[in-house]
Amino acid sequence: MALLEVKDLKVRVEEREILHGLTLTVNEGEVHAIMGPNGSGKSTLSHVIAGKPGYEVTDGQILFKGEDLLEMSPDERAAKGVFLAFQYPVEIPGVATMNFLRTALNAQRKARGEDEYSTPDFLKKVREVSKSLNIPQDMLKRGVNVGFSGGEKKRNEVLQMALFEPSLCILDEMDSGLDIDALRIAADGVNALRSPGRAMVVITHYQRLLNYIVPDFVHVMSRGRVVKSGAKDLALELEASGYAQFEDA
Amino acid sequence: MPAVQETVERVKRIDVDQYRYGFETLIESDKAPKGLSEETVKFISQKKNEPDWMLQWRLEAYRRWLTMTEPTWARVDYPKIDFQDLYYYAAPKPKKTVTSLDEIDPEILKTYEKLGIPLREVAMLEGVEPKPGEEDPARRKIAVDAVFDSVSVATTFKAELKKAGVIFMPISEAIREHPELVQKYLGSVVPTSDNFYATLNSAVFSDGSFVYVPPGVRCPMELSTYFRINERNTGQFERTLIIADKGSYVSYLEGCTAPQRDENQLHAAVVELVAHDDAEIKYSTVQNWYPGNSEGKGGIYNFVTKRGDCRGNHSKISWTQVETGSAITWKYPSCILRGDNSRGEFYSIAISNGFQQVDSGTKMIHLGKNTSSRIISKGIAAGKSQNTYRGLVTAHRKATGARNFTACDSLLIGDKCGAHTVPYIEAKNSSATFEHEATTSKISEDVLFYCIQRGLSQEEAVGLVVNGFVKDVLQQLPMEFAVEAQKLISISLEGSVG
Repeated sequence: MALLEVKDLKVRVEEREILHGLTLTVNEGEVHAIMGPNGSGKSTLSHVIAGKPGYEVTDGQILFKGEDLLEMSPDERAAKGVFLAFQYPVEIPGVATMNFLRTALNAQRKARGEDEYSTPDFLKKVREVSKSLNIPQDMLKRGVNVGFSGGEKKRNEVLQMALFEPSLCILDEMDSGLDIDALRIAADGVNALRSPGRAMVVITHYQRLLNYIVPDFVHVMSRGRVVKSGAKDLALELEASGYAQFEDA
Repeated sequence: MPAVQETVERVKRIDVDQYRYGFETLIESDKAPKGLSEETVKFISQKKNEPDWMLQWRLEAYRRWLTMTEPTWARVDYPKIDFQDLYYYAAPKPKKTVTSLDEIDPEILKTYEKLGIPLREVAMLEGVEPKPGEEDPARRKIAVDAVFDSVSVATTFKAELKKAGVIFMPISEAIREHPELVQKYLGSVVPTSDNFYATLNSAVFSDGSFVYVPPGVRCPMELSTYFRINERNTGQFERTLIIADKGSYVSYLEGCTAPQRDENQLHAAVVELVAHDDAEIKYSTVQNWYPGNSEGKGGIYNFVTKRGDCRGNHSKISWTQVETGSAITWKYPSCILRGDNSRGEFYSIAISNGFQQVDSGTKMIHLGKNTSSRIISKGIAAGKSQNTYRGLVTAHRKATGARNFTACDSLLIGDKCGAHTVPYIEAKNSSATFEHEATTSKISEDVLFYCIQRGLSQEEAVGLVVNGFVKDVLQQLPMEFAVEAQKLISISLEGSVG
């Protein structure tokens, strides 16, 4: 059974159809890159999978571990193991990162019927994880993403990914706003989290990111559909020839 | 139609469960005849065995009140109050003098138990073992004065406070036992002619708390008053007077609840604080009067005058308030910075939901040299409520070197509520430095979605974001109140989104 199956998905925002029948299958352990020009529907796909309000699914389905994902609320999806790393992580003033991490992790555990972490157990775990990702402790004491640099924000996303241990990670334009060093650090974090039980969907404009996070499969999206799929070499091809060839497809 | 069904249920839930203090206690009570007249004032004074000077003080206030009109400048809208249709005094029976807790009607004790207010000192002294690393709130003693309808029913830790020289008792007792102090200070901060509601209070107040901290004494425990309105059609008019003599310190907490009722109940309190040289008073309020139901029916009309006088040099008064209840709130805890180098602070969280209307803020009146003040106000509006911050910062001609910092932040939840900021700033000398910052933001869908994507429910997400928003103020509350306030914030915002 595939981990994620998107079948003939049609999505509208207000009266406009953005996805016109998109199909995508992702198995455990695989890393898929989704590339495409602005407005091709890449971010819409990630938002619909995570359950962001404002999108209307008019046709098709999304199965996650065989279950109907569209029937679940966004927090249920999170507890089931869907994680979306945001293109622009939000700032939450006054809420310490540490407190946020604990609240979220325990909410997920509670939803799965697992015991919530006690304070000492949680502290131990978060220290372990942040140490393995070279994230300084004082970052955890600051408000969630408040005053963080672009690189710090993305590392905070990676930290959460490591802590929540999701089975599906969707990385939405992870390279936006990052310089080359910050990009490498964030990508190293993501690579450390690749495992046979976890799949990743990497959404990006540029091939550049895929030098660091090397995908197993590459899909090209244009005008709300996947127009071409292939192995990692497809990304290099695109870099050379551009998206224009797909615009009329 | 699952969404609609959910909404219907949620609305029902707000109505019934959200206000968890909405029970009524069935006890017999002793009431003054309905309506307000010189007779009512005399009746109250007589019930309290007051000396003649007190009766004359009240009557003067009453006569003054007859000449006054209700203020209409606040941004609140409510039907005209019929002041003759209220009871001005209700006391729980039996009427014999209470000397120990055992003599109090067990129904009343039960009420306070339900509210989670410890009146039994024993329970506090023999508190449960604290967990390692955690400060046990039960170990920290808090002296409580409980006011039920119009009468103070119990004051705890009296003996221990007496040893330290601190006087903490119902004001009705203080009028008899410490007339010299009461006569000297009562009305010295909020004069009987101050405003419509304060004048009304001066005529008919029935009880409240009195605190005197002698020179150089640091009050050994937190002092606390819990007010509860129980009787139907009763106004509650309590009067609190706190005096911190030279070099002393006191921290005072106040909490309020009332049963759910269809009709509106009037609450018009007066609080006066006096801080002498080098003294400090910290006054915290968690106000959770019944806010009315989801259609805007019922709820408390809260018209309160609170003012502190930094009478001495280097004195300090700090107001912290968490306002979540009441149908109408009209309240401006203020500081008169009379002494040189004195300091006033105002930290406020005002939350409105449903049909609540809040018009609250502060006044910082700089009279002395090098006086400073700080205002941090966090207003949160949800549902169909209106939330106004109204504040005055003024520096007198002689108040050289006066400094103020004001930060006023408003948060809107949903699109049917309103937040308003009305600051008045007057500097009558050129050396004053006033800073004012204000922000208004909506709780953003993106922030909520981010939290929900990480596994929080919609309500948990709102609670988290709001608690972050008010953090600066929560930190000012004594620890046990901060925990209570945090819970209260989540409860009062239930059903505010979705």
